[in-house]
Amino acid sequence: MDLAAIAPGLTIAIGGIMPAYAIGKMAAKAMEAIGRNPEAAGPIRTTLILAIAFAEAIAIYSLVIALILKFV
Amino acid sequence: MHISIAAEPLFSFLGLQITNSLLTSWLVTLIFVIFAIYFHFRVDVKMIPGKLQNFVELIVSGFDGLIRDVADEKAEELLPILATFFLYILFLNWFGLVPGVGSIGFTEITHHEEIFVPIFRGGTADLNTTLALAIFSIISVQVYGIKYLGFKNFIKKYIDLSSPINFFVGILEVFSEFSKIISFSFRLFGNVFAGEVLLTVMIFLIPFVLPAVFYGLELFVGLIQALIFMMLTLVFISAASEGHDGGHEADHELKEVAEVS
Repeated sequence: MDLAAIAPGLTIAIGGIMPAYAIGKMAAKAMEAIGRNPEAAGPIRTTLILAIAFAEAIAIYSLVIALILKFV
Repeated sequence: MHISIAAEPLFSFLGLQITNSLLTSWLVTLIFVIFAIYFHFRVDVKMIPGKLQNFVELIVSGFDGLIRDVADEKAEELLPILATFFLYILFLNWFGLVPGVGSIGFTEITHHEEIFVPIFRGGTADLNTTLALAIFSIISVQVYGIKYLGFKNFIKKYIDLSSPINFFVGILEVFSEFSKIISFSFRLFGNVFAGEVLLTVMIFLIPFVLPAVFYGLELFVGLIQALIFMMLTLVFISAASEGHDGGHEADHELKEVAEVS
């Protein structure tokens, strides 16, 4: 089995698990908050997008490593 | 399909290799400089603003409101550096999406293979650019820390000999500054470069309509990443310039708020 072919796929697959969970949790909480207080939808959306970008960064790190493994 | 993680050198000048993303960064800088000179000398600032002045005032007051939320009285001083971070990164991100950037170029024949070298490449799609921005951002955090706390209080954060635990925490603080540089640079580079790879792959898979959707996504990602870079620098600066006492005050306020609610 060629490990070099599997490594990039595994990197992004494993590295994507927790960010996906984090983003899902954040979105769920934000929707809950908007449901409780619909007037605050604007600020909640802004902070949600910022927070999602932070969680997404973790997935991006593993994506960079996957790309380096693949193309370098 | 050719994807290169490193920026390709175009030519060398006095032993310094000029890469295509460096060229793009210079171009974006040039655009800003020309706009600044034009606005300074050609547009007379009036009480009743014209179209261009109105636009610039809108941007500046937007930044001012955003920064004032986090660092109230320091906002006026921090505005130029933070707004520059935002606008520069935003334009670098968006310049990489302009049609022709990354697709117009020439083929270079090396020892045994032909490689395609684009003339322009998104400025932030090169780790060198983002690393430079990150280092500059962290240095400015230290500079504002020294300015607002004084050198003695500032250095106490990193070298604290009052107890072994505090000494160890100081070492951790030093490491955390370096990890900030790494996370800053990799976050920006990763997002922009991954966006370019995504667009390339999508264009190869389905050449019609679909890439347009991802172009929209990349415009959004570019904006968000520029905003995040600015907001993080702002938060780090305001945390570094408050020091220990400020932190306790904030904790105290938080407790009060918690008690009230």
